[in-house]
Amino acid sequence: MTSIHVLNGTSFSLRDIERLVKSIQNIYSLPVFARNQSLNLEEAYDPIRRQFNSTVLLAQMLLLPNEHKNKLISLVEVDLYVPILTFVFGEAQLNGTVSIVSTHRLSNLFYGLKNDPELLLSRTEKETIHEIGHMFGLTHCHHFECVMRPSTYAEEIDFKKIFLCSSCSKKLTEKLNQSAKLSTSEREENSTA
Amino acid sequence: MSNDIAILIIDDELVVRDSLTKWFREDGYIVDSAENAVEALKKLQQRKWHIILLDIKMPGMDGMQLQPKIHEIDPSIAIIFITAHASVDTAVQALKAGAFDYITKPIDPDHLSHLVANAIKQRALQGENIRLKEQMEEFTKVDEIIGDSFQMKKVFELIQTVAKTDTTVMLRGESGTGKELIARAIHANSERRYFPIITINCGGLPEGILESELFGHEKGAFTGAQYRRKGKLELADGGTLFLDEIGNISIKTQMDLLRVIETKQFTRVGGNEIIEVDFRIICATNMDLERAVKEGTFREDLYYRLNVFSISIPPLRERKTDIPLLANYFLKKYSQAMSKPINSISPEAMEILLEYKWPGNVRELENAIERAMVVGSPPAITPRDLPFQKSEGTLEYQSDSLATLEKKHIQNILEKNNWNISRSAEILGIDRVTLYNKIQKYGLKRPE
Repeated sequence: MTSIHVLNGTSFSLRDIERLVKSIQNIYSLPVFARNQSLNLEEAYDPIRRQFNSTVLLAQMLLLPNEHKNKLISLVEVDLYVPILTFVFGEAQLNGTVSIVSTHRLSNLFYGLKNDPELLLSRTEKETIHEIGHMFGLTHCHHFECVMRPSTYAEEIDFKKIFLCSSCSKKLTEKLNQSAKLSTSEREENSTA
Repeated sequence: MSNDIAILIIDDELVVRDSLTKWFREDGYIVDSAENAVEALKKLQQRKWHIILLDIKMPGMDGMQLQPKIHEIDPSIAIIFITAHASVDTAVQALKAGAFDYITKPIDPDHLSHLVANAIKQRALQGENIRLKEQMEEFTKVDEIIGDSFQMKKVFELIQTVAKTDTTVMLRGESGTGKELIARAIHANSERRYFPIITINCGGLPEGILESELFGHEKGAFTGAQYRRKGKLELADGGTLFLDEIGNISIKTQMDLLRVIETKQFTRVGGNEIIEVDFRIICATNMDLERAVKEGTFREDLYYRLNVFSISIPPLRERKTDIPLLANYFLKKYSQAMSKPINSISPEAMEILLEYKWPGNVRELENAIERAMVVGSPPAITPRDLPFQKSEGTLEYQSDSLATLEKKHIQNILEKNNWNISRSAEILGIDRVTLYNKIQKYGLKRPE
């Protein structure tokens, strides 16, 4: 069975991470594990932009041992970008195994506002669940409150809720069934071999 | 909806192609990319693309050169240029050349989502617009103007020439030649066709009423004005105002009309509010306006304002070759309307139609055929179904002038119908006001 692994590179407390894990479990009904693990950020740093290339970090994650093709999601505190865009909150491999979320622009501090740890955690939960959705093949949704709705600014994330709309839930079930069938047939092939 | 939209990214930088492809795939769009113009043109032939993100600077053919080629293949594609800050001027040029928008590198994700959403919205609106226009074309189709004669072909050419412009048109022609039909054809072929064409028969209304009809009135402007009412000028806003029998308006109304034509502003009768309007004027007359100007009954300045592009519609007697065509057209029309199986005109009846002088022109011919359809029996219209016979309608009048002929004919019809004005006007194919004018003009008097 596929499992989800949170690679924490942030200063979130253990309690916060436990809450995050629970939220992910509630949505995906899969085993979720969390561990502290930092990526080699230096490799992804662009001194001109003073930002970190998220695609480079995803490439690093693909090199991590992942025999069972589990879903890996990294949490970082640095500002992420992809070359053509000014910034990204996160990036994921669509139908893939790796994804990343940055808390940099999710924090009120970035916008010169008063620190709000609860808001930061809530936004992180939503964006993490969103990027995991992409790893399961979900695309953006236009349901106003669905977590798969795209967000291009922080307040937009606040409108979303930690839930998948019925359409995205249905798609997720189909995708999970497909991948379960695929892994069963792969196992059978391997045992025959 | 995202699933139906196909986006092509054309950029020589792999990293740009990859990151944008990924970005749009997450949105559920169909996405592909091309690294140069040659590859892009190949992909454009393979499927329908709705949005193209096009880099301005590329080796070989650049974005600016590629843009017209893309629109040659499919003008409905929304092209969004990707440019560096330094090339914003170029992007502005591209907008002028028909690009949807441009975006500077690095792209703000929020801006990009809005741009794409707007492009999709615009595409949907364009589609809706086309559908609505097609529906409107059905509504705005005018009755067919029939004529294969040299003279009518010339008229058709003039209609085509003037329709697309906003020029004021003056239609000259005798009563019943189809001036209103021509006005409608000009309107229907103009850019104003989705707005109304408002007709005012200036000859049919007394001065006070005409003023109120044209300009509208405020509540209490005169006895009986219980409500505010929009005038025809206001109703014609955006469309065409067709002033029929323009030669018959009073000097005061001529002055008011001239002011409106010049300023495109007016006030309602009894009101102070200045109302701005935008309309095109087509007017029609069967009067000798030049003579009216000389005699001082028609303002010279108004005459020059109205007589910008003149179309003379020939009387039916000058285009006899059109008579069989028109007669058969009306025959078919009334045969269908009355569900009566009369489907031809006997050669003898056609001979009479061809020899008759038709002072009431096409309208009289139509009335004659309609009457024949009522009184006649299947399978064909015969001479006895026609309202005139060869001897009285043709030979007798041959040496007379047109005016004498018209006078005699009107007198004849009036006497035959016991001076019943409505019935006589109907047979003559003119309206009652015109008939009254003609009675006055020729000094015809009812026998004591």
